[in-house]
Amino acid sequence: MNRQDEFIQTFTIWGRDFSRAGSVSTEIKEILQEIGVPSSIVRRVAIASYEAEMNVVMYAHKGELILTLNPETIKIEVEDKGQGIEDIELAMQEGYSTATEEMREMGFGAGMGLPNIKKNADVFIITSTPGVGTYLKMLFYLDNEKAK
Amino acid sequence: MTLHQIKELLQAEVIYGNHCLDIEITFAGGSDLMSDVLAFGKPGILLLTGLTNLQSVRTADIIEAKAIIYVRGKKPDAQTIKFAREKNIPILSTPLMMYEACGLLYQAGLPGVGSLNQSTTSDE
Repeated sequence: MNRQDEFIQTFTIWGRDFSRAGSVSTEIKEILQEIGVPSSIVRRVAIASYEAEMNVVMYAHKGELILTLNPETIKIEVEDKGQGIEDIELAMQEGYSTATEEMREMGFGAGMGLPNIKKNADVFIITSTPGVGTYLKMLFYLDNEKAK
Repeated sequence: MTLHQIKELLQAEVIYGNHCLDIEITFAGGSDLMSDVLAFGKPGILLLTGLTNLQSVRTADIIEAKAIIYVRGKKPDAQTIKFAREKNIPILSTPLMMYEACGLLYQAGLPGVGSLNQSTTSDE
């Protein structure tokens, strides 16, 4: 398939950097709004991306978010170097969390992050190696037929 | 209900957004957990929260909240106020507790997100 119509942008997310936490998602939201993506899709992408970004800030040393746009889909991949997730099935359960008190004070760490991502993305894939890091892939379809 | 009426009802102080007090608010929701707000929030919501850090405004921006009311007399720091100004999200602070602030608004006829879900379900 011809992918000359593809737009790719990479963002760096730093662990523990709470003052900038969320700034990547704010930027992605602005990019999508600018190119005229329907607001309901922009919202779903922004929510999922924000939760993923907060996860990197809270649990990892450093992460990279790659935004790939083409006329059919919005793809967001987040790869981090960090503690990883021991039991993904458990982490996907609403309310399950390994967050510290400090994270909870930030308004996060209630065990809703991954379930929120799954709820908002049309496709959600997560893999993790404990002690190494976590990889998330989210797809959002621009075609109404396939989208949530 | 306008934001100005809400300000009066909750004896709130405007921290940013004096020029936006005539905006119409049609529903509200309250939580200190931003993940919950991301899960239940709908565009146009009035967000009541006790969380005053930068994440409160980021979350409001992401879900397209119309305004934020900080409860229990809490006020955000300068960086958070600056961000609210950048995003043009009005922020107010009420001395009332979360329960009382939400109760007063509900009593005055401002519904929650639940009623919105019901009406959208019937539309579909």
